[in-house]
Amino acid sequence: MEFFERFAIPHPSFAIYASMVAAGLTLIAIVAGLTYFKKWGYLWREWITTVDHKRIGIMYLISALMMLFRGGVDAIMMRAQLAVPDNTLLDSQHYNEIFTTHGVVMILFMAMPFIIFFMNFVVPLQIGARDVAFPRLNALSFWLFFMGAMLFNISFMVGGSPDAGWTSYFPLADGESVGSHYYMIAIQIAGIGTLMTGINFITTILKMRAPGMTLMKMPMFTWASLITSVIIVFAFPVLTVALAMGTMDLLFGTQFFTLENGGMAMLWANLFWVWGHPEVYILILPAFGIYSEIISTSARRNLYGYKSMVGSMVLISLLSFVVWAHHFFTMGQGAFANSIFSITTMAIAVPTGVKIFNWLLTLWKGKIEFTTPMLYSILFIPLFTLGGVTGVMLAMSAADYQYHNTMFLVAHFHNVIIPGVVFAMLAGLTFYWPKMFGFMLNEKIGKWTAWLLSIGFLLAFMPMYVTGLDGQARRMYTYSESTGFGPLNMVSFVGAAIMAVGFVLIVYNIYYSVRYASRDISADPWDARTLEWATHTPVPEYNFAITPEVASSEALWDVKKKGHVLFKGDYEKIHMPNNSGVPFIMSCIFFAWGFSLVFSLWIPAIITTIGIFICMTLRSFEKDHGHYISVKEIEDTESEMRGA
Amino acid sequence: MKLKLALFAVMMSILTVLTGCEQLTVLDPKGPQAERLASDIMLTMLMMAGIVIAVFVWLVIMLVKYRASKQPADYEPPHIEGNPWVEGILVGIPVLIVAFLSFVSVQSNYIVESAPQGYEEKEPLVVYASSSDWKWHFSYPEEGIETVNYLYIPTDRPLEFRLYSHGPITSFWIPQLGGQKYAMNAHVTKLHLAADVEGDYMGRNANFSGEGFAENKFDVTAMNQEEFDDWVKEVKATAEPITEEKFEKLLEPGHLGRMTFTGTHLEFSPAPEHHHEGDKYEDKDEHKHSEEHHSASDKESSDHDKHMNHDE
Ligand code: HEM
Ligand SMILES: [Cu+2]
Ligand SMILES: [Cu+2]
Repeated sequence: MEFFERFAIPHPSFAIYASMVAAGLTLIAIVAGLTYFKKWGYLWREWITTVDHKRIGIMYLISALMMLFRGGVDAIMMRAQLAVPDNTLLDSQHYNEIFTTHGVVMILFMAMPFIIFFMNFVVPLQIGARDVAFPRLNALSFWLFFMGAMLFNISFMVGGSPDAGWTSYFPLADGESVGSHYYMIAIQIAGIGTLMTGINFITTILKMRAPGMTLMKMPMFTWASLITSVIIVFAFPVLTVALAMGTMDLLFGTQFFTLENGGMAMLWANLFWVWGHPEVYILILPAFGIYSEIISTSARRNLYGYKSMVGSMVLISLLSFVVWAHHFFTMGQGAFANSIFSITTMAIAVPTGVKIFNWLLTLWKGKIEFTTPMLYSILFIPLFTLGGVTGVMLAMSAADYQYHNTMFLVAHFHNVIIPGVVFAMLAGLTFYWPKMFGFMLNEKIGKWTAWLLSIGFLLAFMPMYVTGLDGQARRMYTYSESTGFGPLNMVSFVGAAIMAVGFVLIVYNIYYSVRYASRDISADPWDARTLEWATHTPVPEYNFAITPEVASSEALWDVKKKGHVLFKGDYEKIHMPNNSGVPFIMSCIFFAWGFSLVFSLWIPAIITTIGIFICMTLRSFEKDHGHYISVKEIEDTESEMRGA
Repeated sequence: MKLKLALFAVMMSILTVLTGCEQLTVLDPKGPQAERLASDIMLTMLMMAGIVIAVFVWLVIMLVKYRASKQPADYEPPHIEGNPWVEGILVGIPVLIVAFLSFVSVQSNYIVESAPQGYEEKEPLVVYASSSDWKWHFSYPEEGIETVNYLYIPTDRPLEFRLYSHGPITSFWIPQLGGQKYAMNAHVTKLHLAADVEGDYMGRNANFSGEGFAENKFDVTAMNQEEFDDWVKEVKATAEPITEEKFEKLLEPGHLGRMTFTGTHLEFSPAPEHHHEGDKYEDKDEHKHSEEHHSASDKESSDHDKHMNHDE
């Protein structure tokens, strides 16, 4: 009996049981559905074993959308709990688990896969490549991310969720329950996947660009992805090491971060934020890239200040590594250290400002069309500016003594992350949807969504600036009536509910458009400017039948306006990688390995460790040279595409 | 319709911000440190509002002037690469703003890290504030008394708080007197405050510390020096002494009301003030395994160097 007890939830509640039932039913429905429609083989051949960057991208997208709803439900529960003083909807422990899960899920399992979806789907197309540099590694990256996410997500049903915040500061994250084990191990598994993605995309972008595409002729999203990948490669190893040290503390009794024997809790804080601050730029730079593409397309003009756009991104990426201590100005590091970090942090406002001005100047003399993606981008500019300036306020280190750990901070980071990252994702989703699926999302529903999210956002988060300055600390599960925080928190809840309606509308839009949208659209429905729109829709497996030749960062626009010819020469046979089940199987073993470690099941842990090494060994002896698509096949596909 | 809704939301949020400002705790300072921070906050808020409005107006002008529906069908937007002058000015303005704010920020840093302005001459009252799950212990070593979950302080006298924690990292915060600072397990951090005005203020732990975090707060009462002295005398006459045993009990996780003791726990459970390289031998007897002395204390001091210099 004791053996099973540790898998039980330490503080069960109705909500948890209800979601367990829901999860169980969903699982049964999926298995039954796949069996009934005989789709197991299809799923395995076309998706699970795929190494095609477009399909891997779409799998990232589906995971990200699922996690958006998981994290969103957590958000609504928190806002509902705080809507009135002395609420008893959630107890303290449950609230702590929820904000921890919300933070981790939103940042690592929602926003990260979302931007990696864009990188996967768009970058190879945008640089005229047939795939990423290491297609199989790409599949492994995805499945590791996915298994890490799933491991994290079962925590509330098996053994208990982490409850020490997404920052998981020691010595609070002492591992008395398995929650912190889940945190350390699940993020580790997903993080390894992300690190490999970074390496993969640096190689892809540096090595696989179409002829003519020099670095300074790369489209802005590709630039953003390159810089992001570089940040990933420098930042994620820090996380890997920190998590490994934390895991050893929890599982093997080492004392890196403990209270005794020289363990240093602040070492964790430093390592966490050395990764954590660059992490926010890993999220925001691709978002900037997406906005750049959309704004210049919809303003029907080239991007203003291309060079300063690139320069500012490079500068931001460098600065992002020298500001981490602004997360603990109040740690008592002294006036001098605080001054340095205060100045470096504020300095980031300059290159960020450059980007905002460049977008505004891209609108100048343009011919602006208000499409849904453009609407998001336009709403982004003032809302994000608001978040940016409150960031400057926080960077005033002395004043931060008053903002730190309050709702003011919560308001600020949601203020940059929602209009900055989430809006960019939804804008990009709408923008690239036709390229992925061959029909447009409904514009009217799309615009409603954008407005609802913006209004909901303002109502949900502006009051937090106020209650923060009034002394409401973050992460408090309740407050008393005498504090006077009640009314504004109620406004916040209403705002969150409006946002929830907005998110539901996205699902409705997908459903509606699947049913009613016209399938008769061109391959370039936005009249866009870059290479990804020069492919057929749907994009054939090999992307480009003939490798394109490029003359500027706006390859397709050159074709339209200057009579540039992209595709010269004849069809040649194309080499493509073979599908492989190994990444999936290996990641499943990783999942089992992680689960065993979480519960200190040593024998399974050893067996799965061996399993992982066997997979790697087998792979290194494998002779798989891929396959060729013949000229005949290409001709057939191409003429069929053109006919359709 | 949608535009109206949006405008309404914006107005609502601006209104809530503005009407709230006057009485907001942080913007209602009762001491020199908090005053400096409040004026910094107001200054940046105004400057930042200027920037937001400028961007907003610029954006609206662009959208109105260059929207497709307003232009001839055959209008072709020009290709504009950029202009060094325009871009130079657009970099210059933020650089100036950031430079100015950096200046203010550095100045404020030194102000909050030293004795409150106007109080430099006076002898500070030293109070050790240590947190445990989920209480605050205030030791007044000079007065030889200790309280739990409430703090009496004299006005017109600088206060020097020495902060540390018996458990997770916490953050000591009395918003109307000044900003917060961390209380950690292995270090003592110093926080300089002062109260100009008599009254009751809210104090709390601002850094998440587990299940009992929300109730991890304390009351602060500022009174004039005579009243304070009277209170100390009264405590000495009436309160029970704190013993090691009692203190150990207090450290157990849970909530407590206010408590008052004579003597301080610092006598038998000193604050972790000796965390410097020079003092490392003093720490030795704290280590459980004597054979590890050498490596453990070496590790500790080198770790400490890597970590940023604490203010002690
Ligand atoms: C969609 C509407 C959202 C709402 C209503 C919402 C609400 C909240 C609330 C109430 C908290 C906890 C505040 C506290 O008690 O300290 C929180 C924390 C947090 N949120 Fe959100 N959130 C939303 C979206 C997002 C998104 C999109 C992200 C990131 C991509 C995000 C990232 C975080 C993080 C990192 C935390 C901190 C968690 C922690 O304290 O450990 N949130 N959010
Ligand atoms: Cu940061
Ligand atoms: Cu230290």
